[in-house]
Amino acid sequence: MRRVYLDNASTTPLISEVRNAMLPFLDEYYGNPSCIHEWGDKPREAIENARAQVAHLIGAGDSEEVIFTSGGTESNNFAIKSLAAAYQNKGKHIILSAIEHFSVLHPAQTLEKMGFELSLVPVDKYGQVDPDDVKKAVRKDTILVSIMHANGEVGTIQPIAEIARLTRSNNIVFHTDAVAAVGNIPVNVRNLGVDCLSLSANQFYGPKGVGALWVRRGVRIIPYLEGGVQEGGRRAGTENVPGIVGLGKAAELALVNMEERINHVKPLRDRLLQGLPERIKYTRITGHPVNRLPGHASFCVEFIEGESMLMMLNLNGIGVTSGSACTSRALKASHVLLAMGLTHAVAQGSLLFSFGIQNTAEDVDYVLETLPPIVDRLRLMSPLWDKFIKSGKGGE
Amino acid sequence: MPVYSEKVMDHFMHPRNVGEIENPDGVGEVGNPVCGDMMTFYIKVKDNRLADIKFKTFGCGAAIAVSSMVSEMAMGKTIEEALKITPQSVADELEGLPKQKFHCSNLGAQALHKAIEDWRSKQQGGGK
Repeated sequence: MRRVYLDNASTTPLISEVRNAMLPFLDEYYGNPSCIHEWGDKPREAIENARAQVAHLIGAGDSEEVIFTSGGTESNNFAIKSLAAAYQNKGKHIILSAIEHFSVLHPAQTLEKMGFELSLVPVDKYGQVDPDDVKKAVRKDTILVSIMHANGEVGTIQPIAEIARLTRSNNIVFHTDAVAAVGNIPVNVRNLGVDCLSLSANQFYGPKGVGALWVRRGVRIIPYLEGGVQEGGRRAGTENVPGIVGLGKAAELALVNMEERINHVKPLRDRLLQGLPERIKYTRITGHPVNRLPGHASFCVEFIEGESMLMMLNLNGIGVTSGSACTSRALKASHVLLAMGLTHAVAQGSLLFSFGIQNTAEDVDYVLETLPPIVDRLRLMSPLWDKFIKSGKGGE
Repeated sequence: MPVYSEKVMDHFMHPRNVGEIENPDGVGEVGNPVCGDMMTFYIKVKDNRLADIKFKTFGCGAAIAVSSMVSEMAMGKTIEEALKITPQSVADELEGLPKQKFHCSNLGAQALHKAIEDWRSKQQGGGK
């Protein structure tokens, strides 16, 4: 059976160049980078090299602004909790968008319980934040704005530079969760004008369990993990050397191959965005039609539920994901889709396909031929479809 | 490790008794799209036995498998026997359900019992 992995938003595969760069640090170069004997030399040098590679990818002038973490979730927790703690004497108001990842939303809600105030800025039907809404939410005691660069679920890219102009003129720290964006589209912290940015290696063909938080020099942040003086005392703990080396290599390759990769996945995305609604009636594209990640195609197939589609696709060798309540451990429909104004019933039919450099046009065609009969089958079983057809609204 | 048992996958891939009964003796509808799953059960009753059962389900793999299993367990049974089917006995027949699916997706017995209630109320109402 054909096997087609279209869930690169969950994680990309590790590519061999990255893996090969990591291997010596799992073997011969096992030393602790903090040690001053010669076993520490090579790992220490490799970490600083990786730091420069990551800084280069995001256009940071100073590699010391890059702090290595265990991934996107830690970077986001770090940013929200540690920036809020550092600036709490100035105020206690935090602004987020309604579609932030849980690793931003949940720490902010924890802060709310501790006395901070939280405002959630809405999004339009395409999942986009209006900078004017951010402006309206700003108060005298606002200390932090955190709005994601791109949404991993619907692919929508936010007007980050515009929001940054606003936060800058109001002297508010601006963090962006760029986990879904970095390595997939050009991201330059200087051009964007943000103060703090999260990224994760497994979104651009690096290993899992490693990421970074970039904090502009001059922005105060208290340490997240306390202990030794690793990462300039901002994030203690013996470094994940092989992971960091992998992140660095993945960053270097992402920068070199950015245009080529975008040109590879974009036509695949567009082939699916166009082809699926043509073949399956009552399917809507979710997310922004233009300002979206080059490898993201997301939909809601009406009258059926995402997990059952996902399971049948899996039985046909296709790996995708869904924002339906049934697929989430919390059994709640995606807060992103609901914030975009979709009803629970429609949000249940969510499907997300995310392309990577390993995918081909044949992969798209295989989906286009495999999914329609699955949808037909599930719709014939669905009481919602039944009611819709009997209501005569379907015109069938 | 797969999320679902082989039995669940079998009923999910080959659901028994999907569909609708014209002029059913009882109909039971449970769930809503907010929680994720909806089931409609249709029954025909003859000589106090479930002569036919059909269902329609909107929901996850577990919800579809549960509906199918309930229809199979209840087919041909007396009303009293059918009323003894519980979410637990359905889950047992399916060789287990994931913990988080037990409550939300395991609505089949409830939908069947509702259809039986509907049949009973029609009978008491002096229907046919």
